[in-house]
Amino acid sequence: MAFASFAEFIAMGGHATYVWAAWGVTSVLLAGCVLHARAERRQLMRSLARRERREQRLAARRGEATMESHQSGGES
Amino acid sequence: MWSFIHKLGSPKWFYGISARLMPWFWVAAAVLIAVGSVWGLAFAPADYQQGNSFRIIYVHVPAAFLAQSIFVSMAVAGVVFMVWKIKVADMAAAMMAPLGAAMTFIALFSGAVWGVPTWGTWWMWDARLTSMLILLFLYLGVIALRGAFTSRDSASRAASVLAMVGVINIPIIKYSVDWWYTLHQPASFTITSRPAMPTEMWLPLLIMVLGFYSFFIALTLMRTRSEILRRESSKRWVRELAVEER
Amino acid sequence: MPRGESRLIDDARLASRGEPRTGLAVAVWATLKRDLTQLARRRGDVLNPLVFFALVITLFPIGISPDPELLATIAPGLLWVAALLSALLSLDSLFRSDFDDGSLEQLLLAPHPLPMLGLAKVAVHWLLTGLPLALMAPVLGIMLSLPAGSYLMLAVSLALGSASLSLIGAIGAALTVGLSRGGVLLSLLVLPLYIPVLIFGAGAVQASILGDGAAAHLAILGALLALALMLAPWAIAAALRISING
Repeated sequence: MAFASFAEFIAMGGHATYVWAAWGVTSVLLAGCVLHARAERRQLMRSLARRERREQRLAARRGEATMESHQSGGES
Repeated sequence: MWSFIHKLGSPKWFYGISARLMPWFWVAAAVLIAVGSVWGLAFAPADYQQGNSFRIIYVHVPAAFLAQSIFVSMAVAGVVFMVWKIKVADMAAAMMAPLGAAMTFIALFSGAVWGVPTWGTWWMWDARLTSMLILLFLYLGVIALRGAFTSRDSASRAASVLAMVGVINIPIIKYSVDWWYTLHQPASFTITSRPAMPTEMWLPLLIMVLGFYSFFIALTLMRTRSEILRRESSKRWVRELAVEER
Repeated sequence: MPRGESRLIDDARLASRGEPRTGLAVAVWATLKRDLTQLARRRGDVLNPLVFFALVITLFPIGISPDPELLATIAPGLLWVAALLSALLSLDSLFRSDFDDGSLEQLLLAPHPLPMLGLAKVAVHWLLTGLPLALMAPVLGIMLSLPAGSYLMLAVSLALGSASLSLIGAIGAALTVGLSRGGVLLSLLVLPLYIPVLIFGAGAVQASILGDGAAAHLAILGALLALALMLAPWAIAAALRISING
């Protein structure tokens, strides 16, 4: 341990502003990268699922329509 | 060998294998960065010349390493994409560029902040900082060029060519800037070049560097997986996947 | 041998005799001649960079100070930066008109290696931009009270360096020629790559002012030019293919 107390650790021997500014910006940017990647993935999955649901709905509707036409047109 | 390359070229295969690899890299990144930070911030001895301000080295140097490595990886991915037409390589390259720019920014910012207690000024035309600044412009150029094209294929190929041109130029730029700096400022000392670091100083640095590399790999894998889904969204396996994960 | 077939062969022989020669040298020479004639007709494109060069040099004494001693110390750098920006200004039109009227596409379809044809176009650009800038620089040097004895070095270093600038710049011009607003992007792509040339070009003039030999600088400028000559044509050709097909 290079420091005697926690207060000394925060003070960084008088260089607190510089050390914590550099480390702070770095950790914010790294965390931002992770959060951005997670949000990106979640949004993507949601939009893919939405699209899939819509297409299934459309397919189902189309299926009903063909069924009806088949019934009215008799067996073929 | 060739079958391996072609397997790697299949986005679906890559999506599967990266799912298994990614957690390991995330764990490695988290552990290494946590250990390196605590060690570097609290346990490493203060520098006899710079005092505690030298602890900035533990973010400055890993970020600077990564900034250069990411550009090289981007160019390698560009070559792989241009030669073997492997789309995954281009997706990875596209995802790497913003992270590389962010790392360059971190290196620049921490270098500038470090300059205040060391040189008494926020900015010096130090050789290392100057070549970092130029590297940032190179990254911005690649990102801007990719964004300027409407056709995705042209954008990918143009960005690959520019990354290759850039990577040939990086060493030339670095050496010429070093040379220029020694000519104009003969006897001032650079922040990170020191004769010999004691073990308890460079070991946490090594750990941080490894942690940053793991972070880069994990994040690139994760974002490449998203990019695969985005570009292959009309493929059958992606659609099945979307239904499963709902 | 049936009669019809022999006649066919005869016809082919006749045709090959009557056709113009189509060697690589002929194609390169034709490209050179065509571009020179075209630029001779559009004198504005040739004159604008020179006027711009003179204008920028006029701005500096007004913006900084008319003090001859101060100007003399910064003159080498100013002249080099201004010349570099003037060369950059003319790059956007390097392939633009050929792209617009479709003759670039014809160049791609020609049975000759595209890198060589691109090199011919770059040579014309250097002849009509780099060389005039180098010849004009000493005159502007007088206005900035550039110390005596460095005028020849200024012209020589600019002539040598601007050839590399044209080659590197042509890569950027080829990458952005298909984009509607490529001008600003072009400078973002190209300027970082210009830095080594600027360092050694301005360094040569500075060295000749200080009385050191500038031969080393010229040698490095020559080496940069050799490297650019070797690699840039391929990058230009690849970039042109991307811009045309995209």
